[in-house]
Amino acid sequence: MNISVTINGTTCERDVEPRKLLIHFVRDDLDLTGSHIGCDTGNCGACSMIVNGQLVKSCMMLAVQADEAAIETVEGLSDDDELTKLQQAFKDNHALQCGYCTPGMLMSATALLRANPHPTEDEIRKGLQGNICRCTGYWNIFEAVKAAAE
Amino acid sequence: MLLREVGYVRPGSVAEALAALAADDGARALAGGQTLVNVMKARAGSPDVLVDLNGIDALKGIELGGDGTLEIGAMTTYSEIVASSEARARPILGEVCAQIADVQVRNRGTIGGNVCTNDPTNHLPPLLAAIGAEFTIQGADGSRTVSAADFFLGVYFTAVGPGELLTSVRIPAGRSDGFAAVTLGVDGTCIASAAASLNGHVRVALGCVDAVPVVLEPAAADADAVRAAVQGASLDPPSDVHASAAYRVHLAEVLAVRAVQQAQGSA
Repeated sequence: MNISVTINGTTCERDVEPRKLLIHFVRDDLDLTGSHIGCDTGNCGACSMIVNGQLVKSCMMLAVQADEAAIETVEGLSDDDELTKLQQAFKDNHALQCGYCTPGMLMSATALLRANPHPTEDEIRKGLQGNICRCTGYWNIFEAVKAAAE
Repeated sequence: MLLREVGYVRPGSVAEALAALAADDGARALAGGQTLVNVMKARAGSPDVLVDLNGIDALKGIELGGDGTLEIGAMTTYSEIVASSEARARPILGEVCAQIADVQVRNRGTIGGNVCTNDPTNHLPPLLAAIGAEFTIQGADGSRTVSAADFFLGVYFTAVGPGELLTSVRIPAGRSDGFAAVTLGVDGTCIASAAASLNGHVRVALGCVDAVPVVLEPAAADADAVRAAVQGASLDPPSDVHASAAYRVHLAEVLAVRAVQQAQGSA
């Protein structure tokens, strides 16, 4: 099937098989490898992207379902070489160690802060509930999101 | 994971979707995909054609009738229910939908997908059984509306037959409801669950202790009467790595009391 997506502002047309998951389309066909595959079962959130304004796990969606959609991935957060306020806050607060979960965490935190620019600690926890981190114990990630919200 | 080869159609209307489902024995409706895509990855199911319902506007949205009845389109997502001012007419709906999994799953997963899957660990089958929901199913020969007792037929099995679609869920007015569950982690899969409704009479529905929600009508809303009703029920819970059958029976009793107490508090 021929599909057209606008990813981080750039429109791309590709022919994809219906069985291809969105995460594979973005990583393999569009060469945007910032979004990671962690569990491939919809549990870990490493593949989180924003599709038409909504945070989704891209391993739980087919690429053909994103036809005509606007997709945002970690590569599109900053439009120049500067880090966004959220990315800088992750760096300043040591909110990553191995970094594998970080692209998904950044997308979930971005979606959270757009909907709720000043979240409480509970709202941050609930907003990042779908993202698993095995290194940091989450504390520094919560601190980073809090710092970015200030 | 690379899925098995599968066809894909994205109908724009219920009639087109029914035609696509009827055209191929191996066709299957794709709702939010938060269960089905994993089922396909695990090769536990292998549809020949996916009939994606996400392009059908008629299956989305929440209407509040003058008598307080809610009519919820089958493709309405959990997030939409949580955010809906209309859905607050029956507050327990948004409260329970906010406890399902996480933001990402709630943004894609739908009320129709949840009930049509009828996984005994799902939140909505016992809740909708307790609050007296009705289910409208459309097929080539027209539509029919069935009660929860006639809708939930077995594990992964409902009254929605081949070539049919659940189009909407109707929920009567009411406020005195409760829901309690023991889950795998916060907002995780239910190990055992119970929903209660005290609108007119006491009704409790237990989840995870049989293939379908077990509906009980205790004689009164006090803890002893609720416990007695659960003790008198015929339950057939599974034993698995998360809980033995005996422990699930114990949890059913405790959670039924908690759900009724929440319903009393929300009166």
